Amino acid sequence: MKINDVILQTVTKAVSFIILTFSVFLFFAGHNNPGGGFIGGLMTASGLVLLYLAYDIETMKSVIPIDYKKLAAVGLFLAVATGIGSFLFKVPFLSHTFAYKYLPILGKTELATVLIFDLGVYFTVIGVTMTIILTIGEDE
Amino acid sequence: MNNLLILPLIIPLLTGIILILFREQIKVQKWLSAIAMILTIGVSIQLVQTVSLKGIQTLRLGGWEPPFGIILVADMFAALLVATASIVGLCCILFAFRSIGIERERFYFYPFMLFLITGVSGSFLTGDIFNLFVCFEVMLISSYVLIVLGGTKEQLRESLKYVLINIVSSIFFVISVAYLYAVTGTLNMADLSLIVSEIMTQATSGQQGLVLIIALLFLFVFSLKAGLFLYFWLPGSYSAPPTAIAAIFGGLLTKVGVYAIFRTFSLIFYQQPEITHQLIAWLAGMTMIIGVLGAVAHWDVRKILAYNVVAAVGFIMFGFAIFTTVAIEGAIFYLIHDMIVKALLFLLGGAMIAIAGTSNLKEMGGLIKNHPGLGWMFFIAALALAGVPPLSGFIGKLLIIQGGLDAGFYWLTGISLLSSLLILYSVIKIFMNGFWREQKLRREEEKASFKGLALPCALLILLSIALGLGAEWVYGDYISEAAHTLMNPSIYIDAVSPVKE
Repeated sequence: MKINDVILQTVTKAVSFIILTFSVFLFFAGHNNPGGGFIGGLMTASGLVLLYLAYDIETMKSVIPIDYKKLAAVGLFLAVATGIGSFLFKVPFLSHTFAYKYLPILGKTELATVLIFDLGVYFTVIGVTMTIILTIGEDE
Repeated sequence: MNNLLILPLIIPLLTGIILILFREQIKVQKWLSAIAMILTIGVSIQLVQTVSLKGIQTLRLGGWEPPFGIILVADMFAALLVATASIVGLCCILFAFRSIGIERERFYFYPFMLFLITGVSGSFLTGDIFNLFVCFEVMLISSYVLIVLGGTKEQLRESLKYVLINIVSSIFFVISVAYLYAVTGTLNMADLSLIVSEIMTQATSGQQGLVLIIALLFLFVFSLKAGLFLYFWLPGSYSAPPTAIAAIFGGLLTKVGVYAIFRTFSLIFYQQPEITHQLIAWLAGMTMIIGVLGAVAHWDVRKILAYNVVAAVGFIMFGFAIFTTVAIEGAIFYLIHDMIVKALLFLLGGAMIAIAGTSNLKEMGGLIKNHPGLGWMFFIAALALAGVPPLSGFIGKLLIIQGGLDAGFYWLTGISLLSSLLILYSVIKIFMNGFWREQKLRREEEKASFKGLALPCALLILLSIALGLGAEWVYGDYISEAAHTLMNPSIYIDAVSPVKE
């Protein structure tokens, strides 16, 4: 007998947006407030896990056609690449810099290269968490 | 500022990451990993040269001054070990090309080998005790994957033990770092050295006992990693994985624990040698005895070689515990020699097992008829391991024994000489039973050929011979400088130059 989970699926549609938005907020808050790449990535992964719980794996694969192992590799690459970027400017490995820029909506914003490093952490955390959960989930 | 220091870490790390993206292209994986390792060898040899010409090299990551930021320090000891580790890594990867099999290659074998080498090089180069922990974990997590990769029953059983024991020792590592941080308030090794010696010289502080306890905790942790007396996990886990992996474990993993003991007990906890170094000496003596007993008792090629790893750790730590310049020089020389020769013996033993289809010596025999190259390479490696003069094991042993006699360690020196004899017996037992006697298998019945596997073994054996013949050059230019830096922590501290209060 197929269980009718229309309530779960409808609530998920709304709630997952809130979770994913909050995770992005946490990710950007990391520099000056609690938050950052690790917790932001875990939060995004938990939003994705909620979607996987409400829908089945096949549906989700067609909606989000991402190989999470590759996402983790790309994240690692970003993190290492920001370190290597400092080679170009003849400064020690992993040196970071920042600048104040005027952005269209946000106004005066501090842009730091450490954000790219954090983005790497973010992708890696999502990739690793989702790989673990999906590998166990798909195991026969 | 010198970004050369980070290259031995970054090249394998970045290549490993890129290889994750090329999972199905095995050819690309092989080529890229071999090229990356050759590049790593190149930069690490250049690092050795730079250190020998210009003194200790440091890199302040992110440009932060020590002790506030993480610092990488390459003194001669670390640079030599990085160069040796990358050469051993290349040879194990080359051996894996023909022996590891498509199934393991498709499941990220090469990336994890490269991550393992990243962790090993990072442990050698770091100048920060918590960063040492992180690099240990990078190395250990890769080794967990490599030991279980393939998922045979034996591998699963042994990896469970291996992971459990290493997680426990990692917890103790974190606890020791926490205690040390609570007492000193710093994590930078050079800064730690200053503060610890300040504590030890103030008679009123009452913290000498505390520092001693922390030192013993570190000794416990690193002994567990290095197999110094606490070796019980080692023979099982080193005989479970395939040859190329067992060889890189035997060549590198325990040596990182040995390096950590060298570093912490020569740089940070050197003030009470009558307690700490005496203890290390007796642990080393017992390790030598246990190691050779295991090596002599077994009839399984892998078990004999794994117990040889234990015995060698005991011997190197005995050299360190004597703590005179001569003995430290001997220990460094023997450490480098042992990394090369252990990897070589594991590779040759693995080739024997692959050809004979069994690891039991009693079922082997007469392999030299069809494989003279393998046979004589094994013979040379066995002599090098035991320390027969023209080969690489001799100088290290000679210096350690000379140091031991000078310092009055007569009993332990006797044990180490006896253990050399029994080690020679154990490997010659493999040679005589495996290669001589009547032939058990005709050429058609053999399970594998030695053809593709010969190159990495030949590279390592040439290196071992060169290390033995060129001992004077290696010793005079490099080893004595490494020992000089280890014996005088002030050189290291001045190079790092932490901010004085």
